[in-house]
Amino acid sequence: MILNKESNGYTFGFAVILVVAVGAILAILALVLKPYIAANGVQKQQMDILSAFVDLEKEGISRRNVEEKFAKYVKLSDAIVLDMNGNVREGVDAFKVDIRAEYKDKNLKDADKNYPLFIAKKDGKTLYIIPVVGKGLWGPIWGNICLGEDMNTIQGASFGHKGETPGLGAEIAQPFFVDRWIGEKLMDENGVFAKFEIVKDNSGGAMEKKVDGITGGTITSKGVEEMANRCLAVYATYFSNLKNSQ
Amino acid sequence: MSAEVQKTKAPSEPLFSKKNKKLITDPLTDNNPVTVQVLGICSALAITVQVKQGLVMGLSVIFVTMMGNFVISAIRNMIPSRIRIIVQLVIVAALVIIVDQVLAAFMPDLSAQLSVFVGLIITNCIIMGRLEAFAMANKPWPSLLDGLGNGMGYAGLLIIVAVFRELLGSGSIFGYALLGSPIPSDGHPLGTGLYAMGYMNNNMMILPPMALIIVGIIIWVQRSRNKALIEEH
Repeated sequence: MILNKESNGYTFGFAVILVVAVGAILAILALVLKPYIAANGVQKQQMDILSAFVDLEKEGISRRNVEEKFAKYVKLSDAIVLDMNGNVREGVDAFKVDIRAEYKDKNLKDADKNYPLFIAKKDGKTLYIIPVVGKGLWGPIWGNICLGEDMNTIQGASFGHKGETPGLGAEIAQPFFVDRWIGEKLMDENGVFAKFEIVKDNSGGAMEKKVDGITGGTITSKGVEEMANRCLAVYATYFSNLKNSQ
Repeated sequence: MSAEVQKTKAPSEPLFSKKNKKLITDPLTDNNPVTVQVLGICSALAITVQVKQGLVMGLSVIFVTMMGNFVISAIRNMIPSRIRIIVQLVIVAALVIIVDQVLAAFMPDLSAQLSVFVGLIITNCIIMGRLEAFAMANKPWPSLLDGLGNGMGYAGLLIIVAVFRELLGSGSIFGYALLGSPIPSDGHPLGTGLYAMGYMNNNMMILPPMALIIVGIIIWVQRSRNKALIEEH
């Protein structure tokens, strides 16, 4: 019997077989490549955390040696996870918390969100690295903010973004913008967290909770402001509780 | 015995006959998909800032045109004509996903830089054009060569444009600084190498429109050398 190639039955049959075959090939490929892609994600996360307090280029840190360097600075067993009230949440692996996915998840209640805190040692000093996440103009923005031994002063930071406008919003990842955060303090003398403000009038030079924004990147800059305030407030509560109990 | 069988068979074409060789060489020169047919311009603008990006993008497209042409040609007699475009799209999309996943697994940083443009290979006119115009009517082997030729024609142009843009825009090729360092250091207020003499990178080269101008110059040079390519009005 010769199949009639133009019949509806043949057309449907061909389409179904083709799609099933292609789907199967892609599914197998995805399974095979999954561990590699996951390992890349871990390396990226480690590099992001390190970039808050280490100059990756100067130290020659790349994907190839990041695991070893990360282990040198950061002890994952020291890392903790907080809840939104600044209390330690037991039994959660800080490194496995995907704050970007949690931030995006509309069904997740704020009370269920996790706030990881990584603790690093560099030159004998203890550093506290806070991952933050928020949204810019076109998509997610994120970063890691590093506090010094006083659990208050920002020592370093790194910001990243998915697709902010090059030359405008994308400049948040540039060192000049990151440097504007260094030296700012989370809490005032009374241990109260005050909000950061992104300003346009070039008054951000002094360390008074004001940071100069980026010209032409207002919405992204405001996104960084919102991100910093929302996330850092949780950690500020934790740090002031910790200090009071000492 | 075997010699007899061969005699009775029609003489088969050698794998790299003159005709087949032309399938590869034509798209590199007088029938270049980008400069002569002016296809695939969009991605040529976007990912030619660095030679490395252009090279990987070119290799990805070569893979997709080759395999797409081959697979479509192999099943061309089975494809119902009413859904042939959809079938072509499914094959191309699958190949592009393969490229995207492999890049994400083994070249994660480059994959992040190329971002959506790997996925957009699906919409590259060269691929669908070759499938419809060549693979649907020819045997798998010539189709494979045709895909290889067109992919290389695209990749070659991408690399030429990227060499100009990276050299003039960033002063490097493949990330190696050829002209010295533009970053001021102790004793070198203007940087080193050419930069010490006051040379500066042309920042305009980094912007997409410059790719269009470079492609335009290449088209101009090519047509002035080969008058047959100039359209009559």
